[in-house]
Amino acid sequence: MADLDYLSASALKRARIRFCRWAKSLPGRIGSFFASIPRRIAGGTARIASAVGSFFRIFIRGDAFTKLSFFIMGAGCLRRRRFFTGAFYLLAQILFWIFFASFGIVYIGKLSTLGTETQGEIWNDELGIFEYTKGDNSMLVLLYGIVSVIVCALYVWVYVSSVRASYRAEREAKEGIRPPTVREGLTSLANENFHKTLLFLPTLAVVIFTVLPLVFMIAISFTNYDRFHMPPGNLFTWVGLENFRAIFGLSDTPLLGKTFGGILSWTLIWAFFATITNYVLGMLLAILINKKGIRPKKLFRTVFVLTIAVPQFVSLMFMRNLLADHGLVNVLLQQIGLIEEPIRFLTDGTLAKITVLLVNMWVGIPYSMLITTGILMNIPEDLYEASRIDGASPMMQFRKITLPYVLFITTPYLITQFVGNINNFNVIWLLSGGGPMTGDYYQGGRTDLLITWLYRITTGEQNYKLASVIGIITFVICAAFSLIVYSRSLSGKEGDFQ
Amino acid sequence: MKRRKIAANVLIYAILILLAVIWVAPIFFLVIHSFRAEPGATVQYLLPKSLTIDNYTRLFTETELFNFPRWYKNTLIVSVASCLLSTLYVLMISYAFSRLRFRGRSGMMKAGLILNMFPGFMSMIAVYFILKAVGLTQSLLALVLVYSGSSALTYYIAKGFFDTIPTALDEAAHIDGASRATIFWRITLPLSKPIIVYTVLMAFMAPWMDYIFASVIMKDNYDNYTVALGLFQLISRENIYHYFTRFCAGAVLVAVPIALLFLFMQKYYVEGVTGGAVKG
Repeated sequence: MADLDYLSASALKRARIRFCRWAKSLPGRIGSFFASIPRRIAGGTARIASAVGSFFRIFIRGDAFTKLSFFIMGAGCLRRRRFFTGAFYLLAQILFWIFFASFGIVYIGKLSTLGTETQGEIWNDELGIFEYTKGDNSMLVLLYGIVSVIVCALYVWVYVSSVRASYRAEREAKEGIRPPTVREGLTSLANENFHKTLLFLPTLAVVIFTVLPLVFMIAISFTNYDRFHMPPGNLFTWVGLENFRAIFGLSDTPLLGKTFGGILSWTLIWAFFATITNYVLGMLLAILINKKGIRPKKLFRTVFVLTIAVPQFVSLMFMRNLLADHGLVNVLLQQIGLIEEPIRFLTDGTLAKITVLLVNMWVGIPYSMLITTGILMNIPEDLYEASRIDGASPMMQFRKITLPYVLFITTPYLITQFVGNINNFNVIWLLSGGGPMTGDYYQGGRTDLLITWLYRITTGEQNYKLASVIGIITFVICAAFSLIVYSRSLSGKEGDFQ
Repeated sequence: MKRRKIAANVLIYAILILLAVIWVAPIFFLVIHSFRAEPGATVQYLLPKSLTIDNYTRLFTETELFNFPRWYKNTLIVSVASCLLSTLYVLMISYAFSRLRFRGRSGMMKAGLILNMFPGFMSMIAVYFILKAVGLTQSLLALVLVYSGSSALTYYIAKGFFDTIPTALDEAAHIDGASRATIFWRITLPLSKPIIVYTVLMAFMAPWMDYIFASVIMKDNYDNYTVALGLFQLISRENIYHYFTRFCAGAVLVAVPIALLFLFMQKYYVEGVTGGAVKG
């Protein structure tokens, strides 16, 4: 299709053309992605090989002290009078080996079995009580094992950089460069090494509270950790892909697969409708308030923003109370005589789904109203002026000016909202608690999202292995959607993400 | 033409007022029931028969079973500490990503984006065991660490903001002999008020709203409960009849400061979410 045809087409048609082009290019793109895998692997291997090669070449080229630093970290640095760096590496080595010998080796050794000795009970006749013999605790073995592996990986990194530092020190000494003093080293942390200062604490926090739990949880999803295998009384162990097979309905408990399918589809339906209704209605509300001649704008806005400011657990618990079978809403409707029987807002499966969507509108519309208002006020007034002179109707102005403008700015927000709604724990849990519960599901209710299901089987059933699998699957779904948003900035358009 | 316009405006007013009533009604009922004198979770009438401020005073006087003042103080401590810590984390990491060039920078940025898609409390069991291993469970410090722990991953909003500050300022200061740290403290931070306010606001509000992490970490240590956790106790099945009105009173006391804060700072919230695309 020629460019001219494309430009003369209507907006809807253009979108269709763009979509068709994209769909046509899709197989090719997927194909080239898979075709590039061998090349990428080859490239990666070559890079690793050359890095390893250059590392061991240091051993051949370096002098005695650099060679010595392969065994005693920091030896080369100390020889070239870089006491601070040298002492740091030496200390790191000593500490690591103490850690490894006393702690790391024990737990890494047990990592393959997650412990073999069950805690025992022995009757103590003198005291008349059961005494427990200390057994293995699979949970701690797993946790400490993972920590040890991470520490070992860190050590390897420090080790490599220490050898490099020794070699660099040797070369600089040959070229007659004066070694930096301790003071210079410290001030460099505020200057050329400022990033190390800035990154250290946040990275540490992320590693401890995000990366480590993530790795731990992924590991648990390959074990049989549940109520019946609960340390310290019992052990749990690796079971491979058993849990994943169970949740996809491939094992002897088809109920799980059915539950997962049902809850997953409701999660996606919920996320779609919750996002769309809030977004569209919030935008409409903002436009209504923003219309010329409507006053007092500020008061109206404040009224709606007020609901954002009330903590969700308060407003939702209160709503739950209002909407209960014998709650205020039903009582009033019965008194007026509109209904005979109470409306089962939260106890009937289908009705509960509608109720949570409606209440979610109450929660969410103010947010999108607030954001759209900010954008609306920012659209240059002369655009409307010019279009009115050209004879555009208000409807046309909305379609050609307002909508594209707002959409352009809020697309990332829209997709973050979608992902946020997949994980919208609060609205569901505080309002319906995932219920009404149903026997068709394994420990699940009609309005359960993956995340509330996960929470229930973690806290109630203590079925950690299953919870981990659900967590991983939710993560993959969210990551897939989010990557669509960020893919532009991650890959092609460098300017945006420098 | 003019008549049609007026008719349209009347219609819009009607819609807006109706919506405003729907939106305010639950909050209105919450407030009015916090003054209700009769006990019970639900009553058979719209407005309370008699009003009292007992529910408020008893929150502060009858503290043996439900120590509301203490919960309030806990939440305040946790939110102030965790908002200081997370603001520091976010500003440090986003400045590094925005202004400094170092090896592994883009890899770290990508890793951060992907890790951030991982909702924190999915791994709460693991977090609990980690805290247990270092003996920190059921303490306020644990809450502070957990709330601020993953905040660095939300760097992209602040980074986007730093990107818009002209680098010419940095270069000028650099030529005058300022170190990178000086540039960060003296030049970039003073120019970043909107994004600092946004970060502080979000981090400060989180502990008042969060229920899940607090419940997993605190278990049954009532002394260290936050308000969200404590108020939940008031409406458990065996307490709800006697304590529902007091729950409402406590909820109002939590909502008022947060509401005021949010109303004053909403401009910064919008700026933060739209990535600074909205000015003014």
